[in-house]
Amino acid sequence: MVDTWQLVVFWALFAMMGVSALRVVTSSNVVHAALYLVVTLMGAAALYVLLLAEFVAWVQVLVYVGAIIVLMLFGLMLTRAPIGKGMFDNDQRLVAAVTAGALFGVTTWIIVDAFEGQKITLSKATGIRAESIGDVIFSSFVLPFEVISMLLLAALIGAVVIARRD
Amino acid sequence: MNAIVDFLGGDIVVTAIVKTVVAFAALLLTTLIVVWAERKVIADMQARIGPNRWGPYGILQTLADGIKLFFKEDFRPRTADKWTFALAPVLAMVPSLLAFAIVPIGDHITIGDRRIDLIVADLNIGILYFLAMGSIGVYGVVLAGWASGSKYPLLGGIRASAQMISYEIALGLSLVPVVLAAGSLSTVDIVAAQAGSVSNVSFFNGVPVLEQIAELFSFVPNWYIWSQWPAFFIFLIAGIAETNRAPFDLPEAETELIAGFHTEYSGIRFALFFLGEYVHVVIISAMAVTLFFGGWGGPKPDFLPWIWPIGWFVFKTGLFVYLFVWLRATMPRLRYDRLMWLGWKRLIPASLVWIMVTAVVNTEGVSRNARLVVFGILFVIVLFWLGKGDPRLTGAVTPQRRRVHGPS
Repeated sequence: MVDTWQLVVFWALFAMMGVSALRVVTSSNVVHAALYLVVTLMGAAALYVLLLAEFVAWVQVLVYVGAIIVLMLFGLMLTRAPIGKGMFDNDQRLVAAVTAGALFGVTTWIIVDAFEGQKITLSKATGIRAESIGDVIFSSFVLPFEVISMLLLAALIGAVVIARRD
Repeated sequence: MNAIVDFLGGDIVVTAIVKTVVAFAALLLTTLIVVWAERKVIADMQARIGPNRWGPYGILQTLADGIKLFFKEDFRPRTADKWTFALAPVLAMVPSLLAFAIVPIGDHITIGDRRIDLIVADLNIGILYFLAMGSIGVYGVVLAGWASGSKYPLLGGIRASAQMISYEIALGLSLVPVVLAAGSLSTVDIVAAQAGSVSNVSFFNGVPVLEQIAELFSFVPNWYIWSQWPAFFIFLIAGIAETNRAPFDLPEAETELIAGFHTEYSGIRFALFFLGEYVHVVIISAMAVTLFFGGWGGPKPDFLPWIWPIGWFVFKTGLFVYLFVWLRATMPRLRYDRLMWLGWKRLIPASLVWIMVTAVVNTEGVSRNARLVVFGILFVIVLFWLGKGDPRLTGAVTPQRRRVHGPS
């Protein structure tokens, strides 16, 4: 049963995320682009809250908004965000558009294919609790989880090796 | 009245709105009092008088300052980035205010036949929400530094982002053992897990003498400060670093950076940064109380039973705020490389080791001997590790470095 208010909020989020996602690629200032990306990611977190997935929502905020974009801003400030106004653009628009389009298509296809039109009913009483997510990750999805952690570990060690001076 | 309630969506919505407004007002009022109290306490510690003009003991001083700042001219540098410059102070203040939503300030009160829990929102993942809000708080400082369009704020902003990212990791990791011990991410459950007495801990059951000794301490509450003290100290240090206050106030080091990230800010926008810092202090204190000092728990006499938990909570939080002020009056500022050394090479490894220990100890079915072995290994690691101090402190200057940097 979809609530009217749920729909209203959904479309409001849709509009907000759409506009900010467009601005990410059209804005000429890199810091502004990063901030628009923050708005988009926060919109995604809000969508998760709308679907009663609080855990995923706040992990989204913590990891993407709180860590990745902050690190991006940090890097930009140290390297190429000049104080005041500046134009940044490059001539790889076509490649970028094709890559983004292909990624979008593949992801959409995977999601549609995986759910096969199956509908999930949400119940207000339970929501999605952190305990159940933990159970699922460490039972059915333990292999992908371990693979991802190995990947992250490799990236971490690689970063240290590259950054070491001696 | 009932028509309005129905229009807004019934009891739940109205309760939520009332709670939010009351919490917001109470937090701002507390912050004003904390600002005044800090000036008074620091004045006392430095043998000065402090504010004493407005109201008894100068208690209205903050209000006077606020009115002054509010009516000052609002200007920004020509090179500043207009929107980001305006956005930064708001981002510095709002996340700290929002974080208060998951702090339980008391048990519950009953109005009519309606039970009202004294917490704005008991989220299933409260701790995660607190960490998320803390991580958004970085934006205010970083953006202020960048948007001001001048170099000292930029340096302050970069310092702040490096510092806050480093200490956020330690802060997050220091909360994991508490979550493991309580078995829940909800602050309400964590407070509930700290009810009762220390002597209920089953670790000493069956050991003759120790059991009786444990019995003697039955008056001591079962707060996590006893079983989780390493986590508490890591939380406290990382929490102080998160608020950017002395001895971790490098982002606004006056002697090096003028005023750091808020150099170009004045008037009401500066006031927002200023208030944001104090709200953050109150939040970290409140979280320290909630996670390690039993939250609102305490003796509850029959007279007005609902007010005692609130009183205990305010009292404990007040002690922590005092600690913050005390540290500012006492501690010199850390050098930048020492700050990074402490964060990355001491706090983060320490919290990781402690997570492992807590995980082993809290697993059901682990025998007492196995636990003692874990403690023993931990003890050896800590001894070894403490012996290796910062090479820049113990080893002084190595011959090679003297050749490069020393006088020739």
